[in-house]
Amino acid sequence: MDSTALKASNIRARLGNTEILHDLSLDLPAGRWTSIVGPNGAGKSTLLKVLAGLLTHHGEVTLLGQPLRSYTARARAQRLSWLGQNETAADDLTVWDVAMLGRLPHQAWLAGPSDLDRAAVETALKSTQAWDWRARSLGQLSGGERQRVLLARALAVQAQVLLMDEPLANLDPPHQADWLGVVRCLQEVGVTVVSVLHEISMALHADEMVIMAQGRITHQGACVDLTTHRALEQVFDHRISIHPLANQWVALPSLPA
Amino acid sequence: MNLRQASVLGWVLLGLALLWVGLGVSVGSAGFENLLRPLLDPQAAPEQRAMAQQIFFDIRLPRTLGAWAAGALLGLAGALAQGLFRNPLADPFLLGSASGASLGVALMLAVMGGPGSVLASMMGSGAGFTVFGTGWLVRLGLTGAAFAGAVLAVLLTLMLSSGVQHTVRLLLAGVVVGVVLGALSHLVLLWSPESLQAMQVFMLGSTAFVGWTACWLMLGVWGLALVSGGLLARLLDGLSLGEATARSLGLPLAPMRLALIAVLALATGAAVAQTGLIAFVGLAAPHVVRSLVKTTHIRLLLLSSLMGGVLLMAADTLARWLIAPQELPVGVLTAVLGGGYLLWRMQRGRQLGG
Repeated sequence: MDSTALKASNIRARLGNTEILHDLSLDLPAGRWTSIVGPNGAGKSTLLKVLAGLLTHHGEVTLLGQPLRSYTARARAQRLSWLGQNETAADDLTVWDVAMLGRLPHQAWLAGPSDLDRAAVETALKSTQAWDWRARSLGQLSGGERQRVLLARALAVQAQVLLMDEPLANLDPPHQADWLGVVRCLQEVGVTVVSVLHEISMALHADEMVIMAQGRITHQGACVDLTTHRALEQVFDHRISIHPLANQWVALPSLPA
Repeated sequence: MNLRQASVLGWVLLGLALLWVGLGVSVGSAGFENLLRPLLDPQAAPEQRAMAQQIFFDIRLPRTLGAWAAGALLGLAGALAQGLFRNPLADPFLLGSASGASLGVALMLAVMGGPGSVLASMMGSGAGFTVFGTGWLVRLGLTGAAFAGAVLAVLLTLMLSSGVQHTVRLLLAGVVVGVVLGALSHLVLLWSPESLQAMQVFMLGSTAFVGWTACWLMLGVWGLALVSGGLLARLLDGLSLGEATARSLGLPLAPMRLALIAVLALATGAAVAQTGLIAFVGLAAPHVVRSLVKTTHIRLLLLSSLMGGVLLMAADTLARWLIAPQELPVGVLTAVLGGGYLLWRMQRGRQLGG
């Protein structure tokens, strides 16, 4: 099997008249968790959209060894799941219904959910601790609770590649830790995870890190490598520093003397 | 769970519809009256029975069923529009169909000279008028003009927005088309002031001229629109998560949106062509359903449709009964009641939201 899950070659992408990504190339290893970090406006979310096939661009993206453009929309959706930043959600749908939308790529157009679909939704909702609210409407949930339901929706796709843009938004620290557990479980079953994160300490738990600034990749390497830490400190103008603590790497703000 | 609630609401709405058909055929120019007595009484004079039969079968029954069908079309169109634009304030007339239909009618009235009696005869296909009897202009009639106007306005909106890719552009184009065609309608009326009274009947909405042909036509379109809407309901569910997520789920947004707009235009055009501009039913029916049950679009479309039918039939009966033997334009009543309901919901939402 190809060891690269996603490959981007010479990507240029625009939002309106502004070019956001400038001739960018990267390989994302299969079955690994890669976190994409960088300052605001670096182009992280744009890159994730390009990798998901949601934004027109120049250059080529390859998914699981085949050009992304060669997949039908449905085949792509079965293999690649995407959780957007500040994803909106219908307040009137129940938690169960929202998670079941993740099964759309697997369902025939007029067929109802199969036992497999129900099992996938149950597993996803349980893994994000949202199972108990399955009959409640989304409008009755807090921001963090919604985020867990939307994450369950993305997990319910059971795709080989999972792209997440700011998945920890609105989550409290215990649920951020739970999210880490979910990602670890996905890695164990060979899912490729790519996440854009602002929580640098959480991002440092990944296998690989892609560091971006001004629409370009400034560094790509293992999260445990000290060169990655130095590149990270540099991209944030040394206003953060990376330290070891209790078998983890943590990012701390560099306070003025 | 929600499935059971939705089923219960569906049956309640069907029951209410049947009940209201009974009420609707009982309300006449003298208020409530029992038409069944002369129909069923073997002692009744033959001419009395014939008269009751005519009133019952040729006037009140098609009118009452027609009110339900028009309401069902508007309720369905409202739920489609709100899902398509992901906006609870969207109504079926948003893409310019109302203004297009108005312009069509205004032009037709101006061409025909615009006496109110023509309107009545043209719209009342069940009242003895045969639409196949005369030249093409008359044959097309006001109904055709309203329908064609509504559909053409939606096509114009689609052209101005360069397709269906951008929701905001589509909404803006709808507003522009609405304003411009509305202004043109007024211009036509200035040029042909004798049409004003007939135009007013159309603008205020009325079920008074709905005969059997119109009734069957609306029920046919309703069936078609409901099935098509049901086939597209998954797109609306997917869209509720945002356009990008819907696309990431493999939904073919552009062709399906186009199909949804076609269904929306057909449903709105059919209702407007037969009953004029009836406000708020399309906006309020999905709101009422959503306040009662949380469900996916496939059920929301059906329930909003049933709700729209019951609301308009109830409003129509009230419009006939409130100041009998006079009649209120039903569009005025739906506007007042619908507006009041939405204000109450807003107030309640504010209290709940703190």
